[in-house]
Amino acid sequence: MSGKTLALLMLLFLVAAGGCGGGGCKEQPKAPAAEPAVKDVILATTTSTVDTGLLDVLVPRFEEQTGYNVKTIAVGTGQALAMGERGEADVLLVHAPAAERKLVDAGIGVNYRLVMHNDFIIVGPPEDPAGIKGKPSVEAFRAIAGTKAVFVSRGDDSGTHKKELAVWKEAGITPAGNWYQESGQGMGATLLMASEKRAYTLTDRGTYLAQRANLRLAILSEGDRSLLNIYHVMQVNPEKFAKVNAEGARAFVEFMVAPETQGIIADFGRDRFGGPLFIPDAGKTMEDLD
Amino acid sequence: MATADPEVVDITLRTLQVSGSATCVAVLIGVPVGTLLAHTRFFGRGLVVSLVNFGMGLPPVVVGLATWLCLTRHGPLGFLGLLYTPAAMVIAQAVIAAPIVAGFTIAAIQSVNPKLRLQLLALGVDRRQYLWLLLREARLGILAAVIAGFGGVVSEVGASIMVGGNVRGETRVLTTATVLEVSKGNFEMAAALSVILLFLSFGITACLTFLQQRGKQP
Repeated sequence: MSGKTLALLMLLFLVAAGGCGGGGCKEQPKAPAAEPAVKDVILATTTSTVDTGLLDVLVPRFEEQTGYNVKTIAVGTGQALAMGERGEADVLLVHAPAAERKLVDAGIGVNYRLVMHNDFIIVGPPEDPAGIKGKPSVEAFRAIAGTKAVFVSRGDDSGTHKKELAVWKEAGITPAGNWYQESGQGMGATLLMASEKRAYTLTDRGTYLAQRANLRLAILSEGDRSLLNIYHVMQVNPEKFAKVNAEGARAFVEFMVAPETQGIIADFGRDRFGGPLFIPDAGKTMEDLD
Repeated sequence: MATADPEVVDITLRTLQVSGSATCVAVLIGVPVGTLLAHTRFFGRGLVVSLVNFGMGLPPVVVGLATWLCLTRHGPLGFLGLLYTPAAMVIAQAVIAAPIVAGFTIAAIQSVNPKLRLQLLALGVDRRQYLWLLLREARLGILAAVIAGFGGVVSEVGASIMVGGNVRGETRVLTTATVLEVSKGNFEMAAALSVILLFLSFGITACLTFLQQRGKQP
């Protein structure tokens, strides 16, 4: 046994960490069109845009076209908006219009643009113990609460959770009790939980379609006007937060509403799911969707 | 199957880089601190050792949150611009691993026969030689410290996802990628990543164990 053991050990780790100066590794050399001043753009977004795979398609294109480097942080819409409120993100892609409005009115969100929509649906066990099939959302929620059928809520202040709470409110019910369970996780994980527990849940159509093969859940209520799931993109106001990458954020907003990107969104998922997951809406207003 | 995927290779190498660097930093801090604590007597030493032992079980998610708050743009260390970089993950993981390494080092040094210490001093070695010989004598325990530290951080997900953000191609490591694949419903991929993590963890541990046991007769 030599006394060099520790030195050898260090060497082992240095080799493991080789080429990684201080941990700040740069992978994927890109050939940007023009080198931007500040390369990193922090995009705070909802889990559904990542879990469906949409951003895996869009972000590399954006990076290639502009030379920016997007750091996609997938959290619930509530947290994404909170990051925007604190100036910790540069650009937000979110889906809770009522909560977003507050940020825009406060002057924190600027360049606020409609990107796309799909809809929320109520899914549940195919046997449908609460008998909600075909009912509109509010009546369906009343039937679930009335029969105390298990309902899994996101419980995480995400856009989907906010929408779910709005439906309960409209139904005049304060959900509580053993039948009402909060997962505290993203949509994908919540769907899996609902499937395992033979429970009902409210989901965006995109994540449901992307996950459908793993789920024993059927679409039981859909088509409500009030269940539109609308995605907006906005910049965090650089006048409020000096550290925000204003140029990068603006470029991302413009990219999301560009005709080419909107075309990709329209086609996204057709090959795998037989239909589009999102419907592009750039240039429209909220009123156009109703 | 998944091993051929360049992205998986990339994620695996990054896991090794991040957790390896973090373990290095933890060793550089933990071994000297542990040696010092094992070796000196001062007022309040018991409290400090208790704190180190408490730190060995520090919840990663708490470390993650604290690191996140420090590194945010408007946090005390925000000017460094480290949030959502591998460096941020190294910091958080080093904070998790350092007390583990220090705690094991204290135990290792203290288990060295006290008569040997006296013998060394009687032989008239200087302080540097003395420390070196002491560490050599405690090497089994110190390598155990390194193994425990590495094992603790390579399997950790809470802090990594919080300060790293699980950014594709930048801060996605095996544990955070597994979480994402599960929420995408890609269980095969998640299982493949888990198997790679297990092999990686075993491989590193086996190397360290080999170093530790080399030349030792049972």
